[in-house]
Amino acid sequence: MKEVAFFAGAIGALGGAIAVIGLRNPFYSVLALIIHLISLAGLFLLLQGEFLAAAQIVVYAGAVMVLYVFVAAYVGNVDEPLWEPIPGQRFIAPLLGIALFVELGIAIVGSGLKSIESEGPTVELGFGSPEAIGTLLLERFLIAFEAASLLLLVAAVGAVVLAARKRPSEEAG
Amino acid sequence: MDITWYLVLSALIFAVGVTGVLLRRSPLVILLCLELMLNAGNLALLAFSRSLGNEEGQVFALVVMVVAACEVVVGLGLIVAAYRRRIPLNVDELRSLRG
Repeated sequence: MKEVAFFAGAIGALGGAIAVIGLRNPFYSVLALIIHLISLAGLFLLLQGEFLAAAQIVVYAGAVMVLYVFVAAYVGNVDEPLWEPIPGQRFIAPLLGIALFVELGIAIVGSGLKSIESEGPTVELGFGSPEAIGTLLLERFLIAFEAASLLLLVAAVGAVVLAARKRPSEEAG
Repeated sequence: MDITWYLVLSALIFAVGVTGVLLRRSPLVILLCLELMLNAGNLALLAFSRSLGNEEGQVFALVVMVVAACEVVVGLGLIVAAYRRRIPLNVDELRSLRG
């Protein structure tokens, strides 16, 4: 049963990822990324990351993707020129990607780690629940939590500064 | 399912993201490919967190999610600003930061 769920999630995640880089219209790429994110949330559930799966769907597939959809619709369909600055880029790039995957695969399979050759230890019932993650965030990782909130604030202010329309008085000057 | 399967899947998604960054020219799609790579990293973090049996990797993944959200906000702000100023949205021509 777990195998079926894993392969369903893996096919969704991988298919979504390939569709993101394969489709020419950016709008469709965004929709493919939503499929990818939802499949990945299923895989997170298989790995007992219940809170992370919920956050993935609410934060990513919900909020962040709405931003992407708005910008893709605002900017419109930007056609990418067929002219390539580096000759043969469209053949070299996938080759480099495959080479990277082979390298990472050798690193993973050849690492000799015993713990990754099993399903992992049995864990208690509350593993990955919001309660457990919240306790960790507010006790052991409080500084990281505060730094993340500060980072979000700075990013929000930065986005407002970047995307703000110029006032007419500034444009005249 | 062995944890190795999750790690190999994560490596595969990461490689797809890298290929996308090398291949595509639209900044919007390149941001999407960055998301792919960050999510592959998240999957690996969760897989290791499961294999070690503690939740600290999940907190790491949550922080990665926050960083990804910030990156999206700033990146999309830059794209909208470039579009407003009629700068062509093509990473081969977006070489200098001077407006």
